[in-house]
Amino acid sequence: MFEFVVGSPLNIVLILGAVLVAAALLIWVERRVLGFLNERLGPNRVGPWGIAQSLADVGKLITKEDWVPPFADKLPFIVAPIIVPVVMLLSFAVIPIAPGVGIMDLNIGLLWVLAMAGLGSYSAMLGGLASNNKFSLLGGLRAAGQMISYEVFMGISILGIVILSDSFNLREIVEAQHKHGWFVFPQFIGFIVFVIAGLAETKRWPFDLAEGESEIISGFNTEYSGMKFGLFFVGEYIGMLLLSALIPVLFFGGWYAPFGLELPNAIISGIFWMCAKTGCWIFFFILVRAALVRPRYDQLMNYGWLVMLPLSLLNLLVTGAVVLAQGN
Amino acid sequence: MNIDLWPLLIYTLIVVVLVPGLLVVSSLLGQRRQDHATHDVYESGVVSTGSAQLKIAVPFYLTAILFIIFDLEAAFLVAWAISIRESGWLGYTEVFVFIFILLAGLLYLWKSGALEWRTLRQQRDLANLAGEGGVVNVGARAAAAKESHHDHHDDHGHDAHQAGHGGAHH
Repeated sequence: MFEFVVGSPLNIVLILGAVLVAAALLIWVERRVLGFLNERLGPNRVGPWGIAQSLADVGKLITKEDWVPPFADKLPFIVAPIIVPVVMLLSFAVIPIAPGVGIMDLNIGLLWVLAMAGLGSYSAMLGGLASNNKFSLLGGLRAAGQMISYEVFMGISILGIVILSDSFNLREIVEAQHKHGWFVFPQFIGFIVFVIAGLAETKRWPFDLAEGESEIISGFNTEYSGMKFGLFFVGEYIGMLLLSALIPVLFFGGWYAPFGLELPNAIISGIFWMCAKTGCWIFFFILVRAALVRPRYDQLMNYGWLVMLPLSLLNLLVTGAVVLAQGN
Repeated sequence: MNIDLWPLLIYTLIVVVLVPGLLVVSSLLGQRRQDHATHDVYESGVVSTGSAQLKIAVPFYLTAILFIIFDLEAAFLVAWAISIRESGWLGYTEVFVFIFILLAGLLYLWKSGALEWRTLRQQRDLANLAGEGGVVNVGARAAAAKESHHDHHDDHGHDAHQAGHGGAHH
């Protein structure tokens, strides 16, 4: 019961706890790094270097008024913020972290993640429509259009990996990379499309048009306050964590050490390298937020439909032809 | 293959209880305030007028329709990707034709303006504003128009002259 086997109670509790703590830390890390990049300090008062800032924020949000606007549609208004952390946490169920560490080796793992990402778009849509606020409506519409558009080729871009590894199971995809080398090299176009689509799916900068605080206040979550806003917020960061964990699993060899730098224990080595690779991608996304500006909405949509979609389809055709020609 | 789904079910149960649980705790611990503007709509501090049930721009509906077309396509491609070795070159040819038709459809949609977010009037205004090389710089042109002593009519004549000159040069 208390050993490192996939799906043991120890694994479930540890992974859930680790994801929640990592998401809380991530909020602090991002604020702090952005602070330094903007030549200011960022939150540095609560605990050493401000590391307990998120804990203080949770305490504040929990004791704030749980306000439901009298002009809103009550049920969808309350359900909307619950959806996004739930689906993002459920996606983590199929992420393999190390040999013997993971919640579930689903043989449809990749489809499970895509399905959960698809359900996530309900959150912003319902939140925006139920608020009965003009800015929320605009934000919700933008979120809906953006997320369903980028969902299409997010799915198509990783089909090249399915062809190469002949599996939807994320653990088998990692094992296939151990055998054939990182998939980022044969699937470079798929990789680029996936990262960009992932940014748009999680509504991260520079694709945060659904919130666009300089145009539409806070977009779909304008009328949200207290813990309901907190759930939207933490859901976004869990989504970023999920994306940062998914990219190493799909393209960078998962828990296997690069350049033969394994640590003595297989499980410790796996956890260390998985966390290290995830950390690199988190840092990349923070730098992207600091560096890039928001595109216009029609530019965002046309870029998706006219550049990313044909690119991912052509990538799929080329991958299929190469695999069939090699005959393996 | 027999799959034991218990870990996933237990994990799902924990998550589904935990997240709404946070809202319940917050509603128990939270304060209750009742001030004169507590229950107002927040729209940048301006007093809200009219309903928020606005008419929605048509491109959003078009996007939803496009999504249904192209996401169904992705569903077919998923089934092909996992069975590519079994279906071989015959399957590849069929998928090639399938993707070709869809890309042709996308080209048609683009050319027929289904991906255009501007109204016809906005497109016309934009075409009138475009400067050399299609660059739109409204502020600079407005400033130049203010400084210039020509009136509107002369400005047009100047543009036409330039265009004629360019044509003659070719």
